[in-house]
Amino acid sequence: MRDLVIIGGGPAGMSAAIAAFKSGIKDILILERDERLGGILQQCIHNGFGLHKFGEELTGPEYAFKYEQQILELGIEFKLGTMVLDLSRDRVITATNSEDGIFQIKAKAVILAMGCRERAKGALNIAGSRPAGIFSAGTAQKFVNMKGYMPGKDVVILGSGDIGLIMARRMTLEGAKVHAVCELMPYSGGLARNIEQCLNDFSIPLKLSHTVTKIHGKERLNGVTIAKVDENRRPIPETEEFIPCDTLLLSVGLIPENELSKNAQVNISAVTSGAVVDQDRQTDIDGIFSCGNVLHVHDLVDFVSDEAEIAGRAAAEFINGNLKKETCLHIETDGKIRYTVPQKITRKKDIDVYFRVSDVMKNVKINVHDGETLLLSRKKQKVAPGEMEKLTLKKELLDSAQSLKFSLEVL
Amino acid sequence: MYDVAIIGAGVVGGMVARTLSRYNLKICIIEKENDVAMGATKANSAIVHAGFDAKEGSLKARLNVEGSNLMEQVCRELNVKYKNNGSLVVGFNDEDKATLFDLLKRGNANGVKGLKLLEKDELKALEPNLSDSITCALHAPTGAIVCPYELTVAAIGNAMDNGAELLCGFEVSGIKRTADCYEILSAEKAVKAKFVVNCAGLYSDEIAKRAGDDTFSVTPRRGEYILLDKECGNLVSHTIFRTPSKMGKGILVSPTVDGNLLLGPTSVNILDKEDKDLTNEGFAKIIESAKETVKGVPFNKAITSFCGLRAVGSTGDFIITSPSAGFINAAGIESPGLSASPAIALYIKDMLSVLGLTLKEKADYNPVRPSTHAFREATIEEKNEMIKKNPAYGKIVCRCEGVTEGEILDALRMNPKARDLDGVKRRTRAQMGRCQGGFCSPYITELIAKEQGIAFEKVTKFGGNSFINIGKTKEVL
Repeated sequence: MRDLVIIGGGPAGMSAAIAAFKSGIKDILILERDERLGGILQQCIHNGFGLHKFGEELTGPEYAFKYEQQILELGIEFKLGTMVLDLSRDRVITATNSEDGIFQIKAKAVILAMGCRERAKGALNIAGSRPAGIFSAGTAQKFVNMKGYMPGKDVVILGSGDIGLIMARRMTLEGAKVHAVCELMPYSGGLARNIEQCLNDFSIPLKLSHTVTKIHGKERLNGVTIAKVDENRRPIPETEEFIPCDTLLLSVGLIPENELSKNAQVNISAVTSGAVVDQDRQTDIDGIFSCGNVLHVHDLVDFVSDEAEIAGRAAAEFINGNLKKETCLHIETDGKIRYTVPQKITRKKDIDVYFRVSDVMKNVKINVHDGETLLLSRKKQKVAPGEMEKLTLKKELLDSAQSLKFSLEVL
Repeated sequence: MYDVAIIGAGVVGGMVARTLSRYNLKICIIEKENDVAMGATKANSAIVHAGFDAKEGSLKARLNVEGSNLMEQVCRELNVKYKNNGSLVVGFNDEDKATLFDLLKRGNANGVKGLKLLEKDELKALEPNLSDSITCALHAPTGAIVCPYELTVAAIGNAMDNGAELLCGFEVSGIKRTADCYEILSAEKAVKAKFVVNCAGLYSDEIAKRAGDDTFSVTPRRGEYILLDKECGNLVSHTIFRTPSKMGKGILVSPTVDGNLLLGPTSVNILDKEDKDLTNEGFAKIIESAKETVKGVPFNKAITSFCGLRAVGSTGDFIITSPSAGFINAAGIESPGLSASPAIALYIKDMLSVLGLTLKEKADYNPVRPSTHAFREATIEEKNEMIKKNPAYGKIVCRCEGVTEGEILDALRMNPKARDLDGVKRRTRAQMGRCQGGFCSPYITELIAKEQGIAFEKVTKFGGNSFINIGKTKEVL
């Protein structure tokens, strides 16, 4: 029996481990499938990490290294090259690696920190052929940044998620020509700063309300047909345009990797594809916590670290028998606010509620109601699905609340 | 000089090779692609049909029923997954019911066992997710599912283990008949054989022409499919067909032996034998039809879509003929070709014998191919023993399908060796899960490069110019 097992040694897993350790839990084991700690940050060699957390611009590996160093200094145990195969409701973990073979561990508490994966092209059902040269943006990033190989030289990118934007710049810096970034929606799902720094600075056209309608090429990709889409996101045939290219990168969404959570019968939200959690990031199964991109996809790793610290501290409280639920308030949303994390409140204290909106909107008010009573209201000049928002609910405000509803009002 | 040259490494060529490898013969399998199972075998419905479709008295009918009866044992020997899940042909109205009754009669005449017409209530009990508008069905308990490329890889692997040779990348450009043999030519190579079996699928008419036989033609029929995540594999347990029409058996909904849900195929006759494009019309058709037969199909769980070309012969039946001494066509092997393939192989073996090929059994023939799922199917204790001996079995490379490095290395080393990323995919299922190789393909590329001693950028997706990378960063551009 271990006190705390953390599944995943990326930014979430490492932050959670450090926070739990600092809260007095020394018996911690991190299980990481890769050959080193750091998760996806290892291949994110661009800068822009750590502005919130450290007040400086770090690259992904630099950001990860700060945490890795602490893990080593604190002597927190971790196993690399170790894949967790199963997690049960009563917190028995089955894992495998080359050295130990397949082994089982029972833990007093488990933190899920497995991250997310990219949506694959299969989900898109694009017409045309199926040649080589089609990659998810993250796969191309691994080839270029980790393996040192170029997937191609003439690139079209479908989807304007952050990894797609980052790869538009990376491929350009490596000498490739990025002909266009096509985004199905009338707005980008990426961060505004990435649009500026990765596309505009390099004069790469961002074609909003556009999609790829056909893939061409027998063995290697030799072009794509793109088209503008109407308000129902259906391609308009007259606008079809052929772009010769040897590479198509897809950046069409990220999906939390919750296969293990599902094995443990953790309740999964249909909106976030991550667990339903309370303010402590505890799932509906006692002693199983979730944080980082496996809980909901974040824009910034800094917020992943913040969230993981909450989970790490709470797991420590749980192990010490101090995590007592006082209430159960579900946070409702109105659709314009797609979701909140946490989705429910079980202890009344100051709570940061993170949320995303469903569309790009200007001059809005975020309202929090308890029934008919307006508890809180915040004006925002602009909100977008690509930018996560945060609102703090004070303990005093929660003390008398019977219900909570987040809604968005366009002014 | 070979005794027998088999042209085409699809399921028919593979089964013929395996059947002949039992005898003291020098055999080669000639394949134009970089791997086996690259044509119609790669992309079809993966069904072992019970045998009620083909017309009474046809070769199709006979070989389907015989093949279907042989399939379970063949799969057992080759250690290939086979599941006798049964088929249901569903009908929506009285007209369909009449057709189903005809199929029942035909099936009985063909010798299919256990066929039964079911009414709505019985159906509901059997398959609760069938659409409410379905009123009747024909139940074929002998219907089964198998993975066609797994079967073909295993058949050819077993033939090779028993001495057959596989020549990939050999595109036949000519066939010359000499006094005592045939000379099969490609741009670079030539192979001599006393007997030739033409199992060239879509191109079997062109191969026949090169040998002087222009009595038939083969045209491609496009079939598009959508494959859904394993989460959806339990939506139905039987293979659900619609009542057939002239253009084939309609769009089916079926679990696969690997636990996914397969939807398709469309059915469009085309001219271009290389046109495997997916179409928006196709997607729409599949979705529309699947919705009509099964409730609640989660189309947003699609993990991939693909297109196969069926080799439709001009005679309406399988074309298994010998137009000249020592030359045999196995052409127009459209559906139920996969189901019939073990029987086609025996049929051809008998033809070869009649044509004068001496069949003397080898003393050391082994019909069993070592299992490629041994690790996967082992108990935890057994797995730990295997990991101790070979630590590569402890390392998961493909997280979605849980494929270990050990299994990938096996696929790169076992007959017929995987030579490209898709080859590894078809043999191990690595890259075949929900992320479709997003995470593991760079590492598998590395394993292939290392195992074959080639440069990283020379690794392809499926041979030819299907390169994954164009060269090193800072060097190539």
